[in-house]
Amino acid sequence: MNSMLLLLVMGIAAGCLGAILGIGGGMIITPVLTIMMGLDIKYAIGASIISVIATSSGSTIAYLKDDMLNLRVAMFLEIATTIGAIMGALLVGVFSSTFLYVLFGFFLLYSTYNMIRKLMDKKGESIYTGDDKIVAKLNLASTYYDKAEQKQVDYSMKNVPGGFIMMWAAGLASGLLGIGSGAFKVIAMDTIMKMPLKPSSATSNLMMGVTAAASATVYFFNGSIRPDIAGPLAIGVLIGALVGARVMQVLKPRIIRMIFIPIILYMGVQMVLKGFGVNF
Amino acid sequence: MPDKKTDAKSMHEETRQVELVIGKILRIGVITSAIVVMIGIIMYFINGGGGYTDGFPKRFADIFAGIAAGKSYAVIMLGIFLLILTPVLRVVVSIYAFYKEHDNLYVIITTVVLIILIFAMLMGYRS
Repeated sequence: MNSMLLLLVMGIAAGCLGAILGIGGGMIITPVLTIMMGLDIKYAIGASIISVIATSSGSTIAYLKDDMLNLRVAMFLEIATTIGAIMGALLVGVFSSTFLYVLFGFFLLYSTYNMIRKLMDKKGESIYTGDDKIVAKLNLASTYYDKAEQKQVDYSMKNVPGGFIMMWAAGLASGLLGIGSGAFKVIAMDTIMKMPLKPSSATSNLMMGVTAAASATVYFFNGSIRPDIAGPLAIGVLIGALVGARVMQVLKPRIIRMIFIPIILYMGVQMVLKGFGVNF
Repeated sequence: MPDKKTDAKSMHEETRQVELVIGKILRIGVITSAIVVMIGIIMYFINGGGGYTDGFPKRFADIFAGIAAGKSYAVIMLGIFLLILTPVLRVVVSIYAFYKEHDNLYVIITTVVLIILIFAMLMGYRS
């Protein structure tokens, strides 16, 4: 009873944070389950992939209702992510995972630096509204209502090929290393494609469930998903994600960025160290 | 003659309707899976356990046999599997929604996503 209650509470916290930032929360859930609860890593990863799906599906309900996410961007970029994930799964063992951890770890550290620069920008969160041939052709420009700033924000984006390649790499990383790719998705949209942070996070939330569904199938049928762990956790995460998706909308983009930065810094350091054989 | 801006606006209005439909169907899927998981958890406490002396079921035949025998772990596993299907549901409904919107480009794009996803899930099932 106690451990189920603990899982429920942890799920609520992880789902809430994940929905706000557009990340799965695996890098929080996995260490807590293995280190604090002494769970085998296999079951911890299984439980965390279920949390990714629960975060995604729970928050997407709210983000669709409030017109926060960009469905076209999601579906277009999902092609890149899912292909990347399949290639990753097929190529496991071909590349040295050390090299990949260090590579993606340093990329996250570099993104941390970029995000801090954006945060320090005196002009505040700039919205890109320029014209772009590919954006027009794919009809990607959209609009959202910012509850924190109480205004309608029309936005466009650029560098779609760059975002597409980044999404492919994110999928590849998740297939090869078994890590979630939410943070990479947000970075691809926010930093590379210059989408505003809020729709980037909401769109990443929608996408990460689709990407995770394939790996969740693998874990489900190979017995990595324990009902007594994943069940209560999923319920908690769903509740948390519904709450988080509402909280996110009243937060100022700047505040969301301030929460995002230490998380990707932590992930980056964690991955670089893992590459060098240090686990925590 | 409609200028470019009102055109974009009515286009967004259509997208809006589509999103609301997807949202509704997704909500039904998520609530269904959550209820099944919760029924399983309640059964776990009523029965005082998962119903298995060793491990838990992971193949469909075992899961359905377990549900028929009133085993809580089997019910939770079914709920979790339904949850795994919710993103697939999202993609399927999106295809229909884009079709309704006469947006052929996105019907194709989303169908490609669905095909890749099903392929990946079958790979997962067989491995």
